[in-house]
Amino acid sequence: MGFTLTYLSALVLIPFAGLVIRACGISWHEFWQMVVSERALAAYRLTFGASFVAAIANAVFGTLLAWVLVRYDFPGRRMIDAMVDFPFALPTAVAGLTLANLFAENGWLGRFLVPLGIKGAYTSLGVILALTFVGMPFAVRTLQPVLQNLEIEIEEAAATLGAGRLRTFVSVVAPSLMPAVLTGFALAFARGIGEYGSIVFVSGNIPFKTEIAPYLIVMRLEEYNYTAAIALAVVLLVFSFLLLMGINQLEQWSARFQK
Amino acid sequence: MRFILIALALAFCGVFLLLPLVNVFVQALSKGIGFFWNSLVEPDSLSAISLTITVAAISVPLNVLFGLAAAWAIAKFEFRFKSVLITLIDLPFSVSPVVAGLMFVVLFGLQGFLGKWLDDHNIRIIFAVPGIVIATTFVTFPFVARELIPLMQATGSEQEQAALTLGANGWQTFWHVTLPSVKWGLIYGIILCNARAMGEFGEVSVVSGHITGQTDTMPLRVEKLYNEYNAAAAFAIACLLALLALATLGVRTFMEWRQEQEFERAQHVGGLTPALQPAERADC
Repeated sequence: MGFTLTYLSALVLIPFAGLVIRACGISWHEFWQMVVSERALAAYRLTFGASFVAAIANAVFGTLLAWVLVRYDFPGRRMIDAMVDFPFALPTAVAGLTLANLFAENGWLGRFLVPLGIKGAYTSLGVILALTFVGMPFAVRTLQPVLQNLEIEIEEAAATLGAGRLRTFVSVVAPSLMPAVLTGFALAFARGIGEYGSIVFVSGNIPFKTEIAPYLIVMRLEEYNYTAAIALAVVLLVFSFLLLMGINQLEQWSARFQK
Repeated sequence: MRFILIALALAFCGVFLLLPLVNVFVQALSKGIGFFWNSLVEPDSLSAISLTITVAAISVPLNVLFGLAAAWAIAKFEFRFKSVLITLIDLPFSVSPVVAGLMFVVLFGLQGFLGKWLDDHNIRIIFAVPGIVIATTFVTFPFVARELIPLMQATGSEQEQAALTLGANGWQTFWHVTLPSVKWGLIYGIILCNARAMGEFGEVSVVSGHITGQTDTMPLRVEKLYNEYNAAAAFAIACLLALLALATLGVRTFMEWRQEQEFERAQHVGGLTPALQPAERADC
């Protein structure tokens, strides 16, 4: 017990407190200036916007994937089930590297997509794609247990009462899945905001266009502009905390549904 | 209808999961196996590989100790600040790696709180190996604890109490009763912790200073090679990391299979406590 507490405080609390104390040292005016500079705003727009879109894509495809994995049996199902965790286990730098390569002009996918005007690498689309990749396990893994625990009798009851497949899905199944889908969405969103490694390979980091907020923080650090870096970091931290609290609430709400 | 859905899901998987994976290996070998091997044994790459392994070798055991201690304390005892402790354990998960790295720079860097004192004593933490070890330990420490806590909570403390009444001391109880019951979760936690420790990029990037040959870990080396337009060499190292990821997945699948087997065997024997089901990873 004592060991736990000492370790925990040394490793987590002290650095964290250090950051907070440092942040409090910045005057409000200066803080505000750094946080709403043009470049910072563009970075936030990209970070939050791209994470949002990627999280929605993950919610949709994650639901589809979870449904297919739980409800149907087909050759290779176990392999795909194991592979879903691949983005979670793969180092982010490798993910970024391979995605950038795939979507570049002479990459396997880029070869077809660039002439069509779909530029995956060095654009915000690339950022969205990379975030979809890293966020995918969250959506699927949050939904699978819920889908597995759905009682088949309820759907059968709906069928005996005359509802078609679509009606059953919309009115009976979907509402039970909603909390889990939202949780998966929020988790993927939170992951996307903080994601750094995969994005810096894919986005090209062009200020005002494809620069994400964490990258801007690193830039400020390299300029030894600690105050700006801390100010930006605090914004991200506050948002992450709000999101984390929201996720906890969502999980409690969905746990109520399960009962 | 189901075929359309399955086809769609498989297409999504194919594009987003399989294609990137295969691409890593193909690109790594694109200049032939000789080039692949040379990129790996080049001195800077070798030092990156050895640094990565060293960092993992230090941070994983530390985090295992912590995970065991924390899970033990949380699952078996009641105390007031339990939920605070659990939230704190989740902290590294919710913080962006860059922000976490920034925290350590603020603390240990030259302009930081301890910077002056460290400089006076000639101890270098940031932009040197100790900084990387500390940062990696921070970012991976929830993994083991999060795997173990639900498992230990599910087992409850009856078995330990039984052992105590039979005369075992604390250490014996821990070694012979508690540990085996969380065996699978512990192994999986270690594997995940290790995979994350070796692959961590954002935080190490901030803390390490990117000094080639000294403070480059494998992911950082990948970035450096890529920026030097040496994509094939970058992919060669990425290949090793991808193999690590596949090994992680393989161990997990194997573990789940073994666990199912144990469960079935226990059910056949009947009357004995069955092995625990894997805790739901919905909150990964």
